[in-house]
Amino acid sequence: MTGVSVGQVLLVAVLVVPTLGAAALALLPERLDRAARLLGVIVSGLTLLISIGLLSGRSAGEDRDWVYVNAGWVPAVDLRFHLGVDGISLPLVVLTALLTFLCAVYSLHSVPAPGRAGTMLALVGVLEVGMIGTFLARDLLLFFLFFEIVLIPMYFLIAVWGGPGARHAATKFVLYTLLGSVLLLVGILTIYAGAGTLDMVELAERGGGAGIAPSTQTFAFAMVFGGLAVKSPLWPLHTWLPDAHTEAPTIGSVLLAGVLLKMGTYGIIRVGLSILPAGAQRLAPTMAVLAVTGIIVGVLCCYAQTDLKRLIAYSSVGHMGFVLLGVSTLTAAGVQAALLGNIAHGVITGLLFFCVGGLKDRFHTSVLADLGGGIGARLPRLGGVLTFAAIASLGLPGLAGFWGEAFAVAAAYRPAGGLARTPYVMLAVVAAVGAALAAAYFLRMLRMVVAGPASGTPRTSGGSGDSGGRPSVADVTLLEGLSWAPLAVLALVLGVFPALVLECSRPAVDLLVRVHSG
Amino acid sequence: MIEIGWLVLALPLVAAAAGFALHRRARRGAAIVAVGALGLSTALSAVLAAGVLGQPERVVESAFTIARFGELRVQAGVRLDGLAVVVVVAVCVVALLVQLYSIAYLHDDNGYPCYAAEVSLFTGAMLIVVLAADLVMLVVGWEIMGICSYLLIGHYRDLPESRPAAVKAFLVTRVGDVGFLLGVLLLGVAAGTFGIGAVLANAGALPSATVTVACLLLLLGVAGKSAQFPLHTWLPDAMVGPTPISALIHAATMVAAGVYVVARLFPLFRVGPLPLAALGVLAAITMLLGALVALAQDDLKRVLAWSTVSQIAYMTGGLAVGVPAAAVFHLLAHAAFKALLFLAAGCVLHATGQSLMSRLGGLRQAMPLVFVTMTCGLAALAGLPPFAGFFSKEAVLGAAYETARGHGEGTPWVGWLVLVAGLLTVALTAAYATRLWLRTFFGAAREDTTPKQVSSLMLGSLVVLAVPTVVLGAIGLRSRWLAGWLDAPGVALRPEAVTTALSTVLGIAAIAAVVLAWRRAPDRDPIRPRPLLARAFYLDDVQDLLVVGPYRRFAAEIADYDTRVIDGAVEGYGTGAAVLSRRLSRLQTGNVQTYATVVLGAAVVLAVAAVLL
Repeated sequence: MTGVSVGQVLLVAVLVVPTLGAAALALLPERLDRAARLLGVIVSGLTLLISIGLLSGRSAGEDRDWVYVNAGWVPAVDLRFHLGVDGISLPLVVLTALLTFLCAVYSLHSVPAPGRAGTMLALVGVLEVGMIGTFLARDLLLFFLFFEIVLIPMYFLIAVWGGPGARHAATKFVLYTLLGSVLLLVGILTIYAGAGTLDMVELAERGGGAGIAPSTQTFAFAMVFGGLAVKSPLWPLHTWLPDAHTEAPTIGSVLLAGVLLKMGTYGIIRVGLSILPAGAQRLAPTMAVLAVTGIIVGVLCCYAQTDLKRLIAYSSVGHMGFVLLGVSTLTAAGVQAALLGNIAHGVITGLLFFCVGGLKDRFHTSVLADLGGGIGARLPRLGGVLTFAAIASLGLPGLAGFWGEAFAVAAAYRPAGGLARTPYVMLAVVAAVGAALAAAYFLRMLRMVVAGPASGTPRTSGGSGDSGGRPSVADVTLLEGLSWAPLAVLALVLGVFPALVLECSRPAVDLLVRVHSG
Repeated sequence: MIEIGWLVLALPLVAAAAGFALHRRARRGAAIVAVGALGLSTALSAVLAAGVLGQPERVVESAFTIARFGELRVQAGVRLDGLAVVVVVAVCVVALLVQLYSIAYLHDDNGYPCYAAEVSLFTGAMLIVVLAADLVMLVVGWEIMGICSYLLIGHYRDLPESRPAAVKAFLVTRVGDVGFLLGVLLLGVAAGTFGIGAVLANAGALPSATVTVACLLLLLGVAGKSAQFPLHTWLPDAMVGPTPISALIHAATMVAAGVYVVARLFPLFRVGPLPLAALGVLAAITMLLGALVALAQDDLKRVLAWSTVSQIAYMTGGLAVGVPAAAVFHLLAHAAFKALLFLAAGCVLHATGQSLMSRLGGLRQAMPLVFVTMTCGLAALAGLPPFAGFFSKEAVLGAAYETARGHGEGTPWVGWLVLVAGLLTVALTAAYATRLWLRTFFGAAREDTTPKQVSSLMLGSLVVLAVPTVVLGAIGLRSRWLAGWLDAPGVALRPEAVTTALSTVLGIAAIAAVVLAWRRAPDRDPIRPRPLLARAFYLDDVQDLLVVGPYRRFAAEIADYDTRVIDGAVEGYGTGAAVLSRRLSRLQTGNVQTYATVVLGAAVVLAVAAVLL
């Protein structure tokens, strides 16, 4: 075996560092709470640097993994420890590391009841390993393994640190996703039975479905897609999301919306599109219809919501609908729009949940009517960030969210060769209408929360106050600002210059889509 | 030259970023940043105009790629031609005056620094629309203008009407913007590029059905942003915002952006007859609608808002008859006199605290400068010679007449439609302008309180705007002036004899009628407005009934369905599993005899089956 390169060290380190960090955090005694939070920041910061370092070794136009590790692990089930990073995986890995780091910084500011920051950050560390591992895995069983690792920490994050209905929401989340995982496993095993290998790179290289019969491919794709559709979430398999988001603590919501949802769509692209092209062709129109239904249902449901967190949860259903629409076109433009939409959604929705977390900390409610309006007058910086995040989320051109949505619609005008054009064009129009209607619910939210005089804000109990009997509630603190600012900046930078992400993934996407345009 | 273009564009955007970062109480700093950047932009825009208009090779472009999706490429770039640089100068001048005026107008408003930054952002966005070399970049500027309009209309936090007005403005224009985005995407996908120059060059090569559909979609956006029927309902409500904003956004710039875009992309609109015909019909309806409703309003700003709706329809009428140069001429003249009128109304509001005409009167002695400048503005609005409005209006009417006679490029019936509607509107416009003039400045002073002093900064802006209001008409006189700058040489922007005669007669008759009615009963409204007109033909209520109400109910039902039925199925699955497990667990009785019996019974069944089969 040739010498180990720096890239390979980084590749393994990006998983090992959070694992060791999680172990250390779990072992820390409870009284060292402050130290635990700092350790969490250091470990996640280190992971972030490593993930950015993975960019090294990439040559321009590199369409395959530019660094990989392929070692035997469990030969009995043909499970190899095969990791790799390419243009599609890297932005998601960096996003994951960034959001985890910002969550750790946020934990310096506050940790919800019942405290125990060390345990919480340990769980976040395990979560991070699962998330990053999913994006780096190049062996189907390894992918499945990392995919599953995510469930247990998330369950505990929601159940222990969450709101009143947390147990129910967490159980629902785990069971529903587990059901999806069963389907995913069936699909993976079908691929193995048909092609004889679990290696994703090999399967993609073989092209044309790796020798699997088209009907088997369709079955496998249906299984894989069904399983991952729960995670994405695709309507109508989305109902776990509003409960999970509402009950989860801020950090949980940020990671759930920011990263976990991306794992589903990433899986569909990586496992479904590149390995099972015939199956994808057959089922792409179904995916498109369900995606656009999700967009419209999401928009309408959001308008009727009374709780801020639930509203943002439903908005995620809508956004992921655009991502899936882009994927269902089976074109390079569509997949690029989907990938960019993923990153943009992660950044913007992460920021939104951080803001809502800030509101909840101060006013102990996220119900719109209770918040009453006037946040912009009473806490101008918080109101400003919330307004910015809402505007970014409704897809205003010039900010990151626009590109994924607009170009999913554009890609649907010209879907891949084997797909019927007219239904896609109609779906594109409906999706565009949905994108416009998103403004309705966000502006309603801003009107009910941010606009209006300060007297509308809820009274907070305790302490001496101003003449209105309202104790002074702090505007955005330094730590909050530090954990939010990178996301706001990214939302703007990616909005103005999306090439930063697009150029990274373009060669890999072109390669991936080639099986569909023949 | 192109670098100056980039600079003109970048300066207001940088000022906006700096303005947002400033501390809330930094009034001085905010004003300096905003006015300084815009002043510099204005000066540079004049240099730019001189440079571009001076050289024979007009079109200059520079762009770099910011995104590639498969085959589709999006670029950020600046495209300079005669049309762009002329409009840039107009936008910068009006924006600068509005910023200066705002310093005084918002003198005791705490939200001034945020306001100034938002106005800078808006100006930057408008300049993006004007200078964009790429259709997607144009959409970016287009939408940022929309969000700034939303933020600025809602500026008066303590005014309860401002919130719904801001939301309404954004949502109604967003409906139009769906069409606009779809049209842009359709053009880009069909042409293989989003670059404006490339798309225009290939206009003939694209399938005409595609171009027609795309243009119709673009017109949806134009109708929304330019407040044309049926997406006009947001503009009168937007008057709750600060008056300088009404002057800048809702008179001179944003509402004119739709007209500008059509003029910019005009070769596409000429491909099929349908888009311009549709535009002509909309223009005719809107012209008359706006003028009729303006006649029945009591609020000074609302008269001006409906007047804007009507005047923009003149511009779209000019486009519909195939003469974009006439439309742009009116755009420039309107920017000057409408901004003047709004800023003057702001002075009246600032001084008297009143904007209802029934509570105003006799101000001509108390506010002489405002009186003189506003008279100029109203005369231009009514289209009296030699003011700018006369020449620009006549350019549109003349173009309509030529088209009606079959000499022009447009469809003759569209020409007749625009001509007849235009002439009627002349009469109505003169009437409501006179009514406003008389009720505000003549008659007995209503309130006992004397009007406050108006700051010289505000008055100065009025004087500056009065100059183009009076003399701008001259640029249409020589064909190598405005017509040449807009690359439409040979287009006569001079008043046409027949139409001029007709419109002058109509105008004077209308003015006389109103003056006579006033004479008979001074201090009372010379026009007795009917509720139908005052409520704008109840179109707002129709919109609520047909769109807003059903949407709310539908949304509530879908949310309910999602929770009860879809989630209900999921929850039911969980409950069902629990119930089933309880039932089945009864099999685990723990009673060994029962187990033995079951095993024996099963063994017997199997034995029998084995024997029989």
